[in-house]
Amino acid sequence: MSNHTESHSQQPESHAHHGGPKIYTANLFALLFLTIITVAAASFNFGSANVVIALAIATVKATLVGLFFMHLIWDKPVNSIIAIAGFLFLGIFLMFDFLDVTSRNNFPPRNMPNMENATPAPDSMNPLKTPAPRPLEPAPAKAEEHK
Amino acid sequence: MSTTTTDVHSHGGHDEHGEHNPYHQHHFTTMEQQFDTSKLGMWLFIVTEILLFGGLFVGFGLMQHRYPGEFIEAHEHLKQDVFGSAFPLYGAINTIVLLISSWTMVMGVNAAQTNQQKKTVRYLVVTILLACVFLCIKYVEYAHKFHDGLLPGIFYAHQSEDLIKGTHGYATFFAFYFMMTGLHGIHVLVGIGLLSWLVMRARRGDFTSEYYTPVDLVGLYWHVVDMIWIYLFPLYYLIS
Amino acid sequence: MEPVVTSGARIGDRPRPKKNYLNETKGIWSWMTTVDHKRIGIMYLVGTLIAFLLGGIFALLVRLTLLTPAHKLFGLQVTAETYNRFFTLHGAIMVFLFIIPSIPGSLTNFVLPLMLGAKDVAFPKLNLASFYLWIVGAVMAIASMIIGAVDTGWTFYTPYSTTTSGTVTLMTAAVFVLGFSSIFTGLNFIATVHKLRAPGMGWFDMPLFVWGMYSTAVIQVLATPVLGITLVLLMLERVFQIGIFDSRIGGDPVLFQHFFWFYSHPAVYIMILPGMAIISELIPTFSRKTIFGYRAIAYSSISLALVSFIVWGHHMFVAGQSQLATVVFSALTFLVAIPSGVKVFNWLCTMYQGNISLETPMLYAISFLMLFAIGGLTGIFLGTLSTDVHLTDTYFVVAHFHYVMMGSTVTAFIGGLYYWWPKMTGRMYSEKWGRVTAVIWFIGFNATFLPQFILGSRGMPRRYYNYLDQFQPLHAFSTVGSWIIGLSLFMSAAVLLASLRKPADAPDNPWGGTTLEWETSSPPITHNFEDQPVLEHEPYDYRPKAVTH
Ligand SMILES: [Cu+2]
Repeated sequence: MSNHTESHSQQPESHAHHGGPKIYTANLFALLFLTIITVAAASFNFGSANVVIALAIATVKATLVGLFFMHLIWDKPVNSIIAIAGFLFLGIFLMFDFLDVTSRNNFPPRNMPNMENATPAPDSMNPLKTPAPRPLEPAPAKAEEHK
Repeated sequence: MSTTTTDVHSHGGHDEHGEHNPYHQHHFTTMEQQFDTSKLGMWLFIVTEILLFGGLFVGFGLMQHRYPGEFIEAHEHLKQDVFGSAFPLYGAINTIVLLISSWTMVMGVNAAQTNQQKKTVRYLVVTILLACVFLCIKYVEYAHKFHDGLLPGIFYAHQSEDLIKGTHGYATFFAFYFMMTGLHGIHVLVGIGLLSWLVMRARRGDFTSEYYTPVDLVGLYWHVVDMIWIYLFPLYYLIS
Repeated sequence: MEPVVTSGARIGDRPRPKKNYLNETKGIWSWMTTVDHKRIGIMYLVGTLIAFLLGGIFALLVRLTLLTPAHKLFGLQVTAETYNRFFTLHGAIMVFLFIIPSIPGSLTNFVLPLMLGAKDVAFPKLNLASFYLWIVGAVMAIASMIIGAVDTGWTFYTPYSTTTSGTVTLMTAAVFVLGFSSIFTGLNFIATVHKLRAPGMGWFDMPLFVWGMYSTAVIQVLATPVLGITLVLLMLERVFQIGIFDSRIGGDPVLFQHFFWFYSHPAVYIMILPGMAIISELIPTFSRKTIFGYRAIAYSSISLALVSFIVWGHHMFVAGQSQLATVVFSALTFLVAIPSGVKVFNWLCTMYQGNISLETPMLYAISFLMLFAIGGLTGIFLGTLSTDVHLTDTYFVVAHFHYVMMGSTVTAFIGGLYYWWPKMTGRMYSEKWGRVTAVIWFIGFNATFLPQFILGSRGMPRRYYNYLDQFQPLHAFSTVGSWIIGLSLFMSAAVLLASLRKPADAPDNPWGGTTLEWETSSPPITHNFEDQPVLEHEPYDYRPKAVTH
């Protein structure tokens, strides 16, 4: 009995006295500051590094939101693990997709004919040169089927 | 039904502690366990949100890889003319609006935790207002795109020389733009709904330092909405 | 509050309580609004079994069409379109309406809280909501069949799915809804396992069934959202031509396969892990022996879940994926063999020198071991790049995944159903006839699918309704096998339903199981346990008890 009332009265303490307005306000200003940085950084041309810089700053911002606004820093670690798992598996998805699309032209098969000397396919066979299809009618094939 | 607390007392393990929070569900031993479980569930839901949006981010990244030039040209159309130079005005303002709304949200959660019920209501209402400002700006932005015919897929009808209709990539860019900001906007709308529900309950005095789970969970949701925008902003409005 | 001492071999000696979860409240409304995990489990069971019946009918129609090369079905000519619809509906119904929701929704919903000594799942209302989402998805899927039909195969591959007529959009919307049903189920189980374990039950005191279902739930939560967004993109591509998957408007069809298989390979583990979870219960119980390598099996469940996320490209070896990606995915695919092998060897070691009793569930468990071994080993052929180029899209693939999905998962599901049937209904079924169904099942399954390995390796492509005359004997053999499977399932239904006609007679613990669900009455009371059970021994402790009270 005493155990329970104790845990009840402790419960608000264990959640409420983390964080507090000061930390939240400081966090807001940090986030606003980083927004200015990221806008400023975008006006310089770092080549392909621009994307990396922008995403890195965004990740710092997201981490700040997660840690302080979403209380992860004071929470049980399991919530952080779940959050990190989300980003981790998204990273796996992204990584393997890019592994594929960035290496499509590597290692052409050795027995592949030299396409440069081949006669080009007529435009009617080239999917990139045929006009975009019209939106699908409800069931255009049906009518033909019964004839 | 069986989640109400009335039938709890007949069962062992529960009748030890006398006072009962009306929001205590029968299958949890303590309120703290119930709170932690709800929070864990919310985080799991957040993970599904991350992966749902993540799929669109991956798709966007892959299509940008496929049409790098077209995407950069198209994305210039998300900027406005500010003092003679192109600047993503709407995007930047919306970023700041959402960041501030995240702050008011967390302050609202803090107020609920510390039994300041009037303050809770006030912060939540400000959060709703900021969300509405966000949507208004979004509306203006969308209206421009509609006017210029910068629309996804079959609706793409832009008439100037730079983004020629029929060239692959432009319509795809705007398809992703509308899908991602649109899905984000739907989340903002849902957030407004949830926040209004919270305001109603907070005014009724439902939330105390003992029980403020809904405020906390909606807070988490709202921060996720902010977090997604934190990634959307640089990817759509800044990279060139 | 007196803690219940859990002991392995105690057969129910308490008087049966008058009120249980089945008769506490009455009327259809009390079922439709219930938040009791046991009732929701029963409703899921009924729903998914109806889907199983429907998918099974389409399977029989597919096989019957292939009986001869004449494309005849009961004397009527079957067109290629009709055949495409048959196998699409068979696949889509079986995958999305039956296998994925069946074990998590029905058996796990019923058993998992009991095994943890909990009163319910963490979020009972969400549990009911996910059941209704399943209903909505099922209705949409069936509506799409009635209004038009889908002929894309269950994988909805682009570019065909973006151009074909028919109700692909409605079907994908249905699968989207079903996906969220699956997500909420998984989310619920994760929270339940984390927060509602009985006092004294640490992570490594949980039954291995719980470990398996926990791993499944992790995949459901992490992978299914990507399926959701994939289907949204597909719908938008069909309706607005946004230009992501259709190459005529600048899309990349291979991207769809990436998106689809990022979910659907892990989804294969949403299907097989629950089967493995059930087998991990059946084998120690009917071998009367402590499970061999508890931690190895627990860790292998988790690692299967994690590894399943990095191998999806093995479905795209000949789809236009880059060679580098192909080689990487092929190499990673072999990782799957490790945890699978760990499990199989640990189960075999559990049986070794055990006191094996061949009751119905155990017969199904042994079938599982043999069928899974075949299914798993043929998977290695398909994961190997050089052989897969030859075997891609042949009947070899069809046979392989049926050995895993059906030979393993469905076998385990039926075994689990027989195992927990007394707990769910309070009735013992006819043991003799139960065993007969298990034997017929095993024969029928192999008769159906072993010939398909041969057909495939000789070049019979999947999803074709034309075939060369020399394939006819094997096709006919396979078709006859499908009738034997149908017979076995029909008999199982009869055996189980017949048990409902007699009064409740099942003891609390008919099999001498050691997990907590056998501590409560059969059928359990509404709140599961009279007293909060406290775990006092490790799981699967079949050592003789020195003192019993
Ligand atoms: Cu696979």
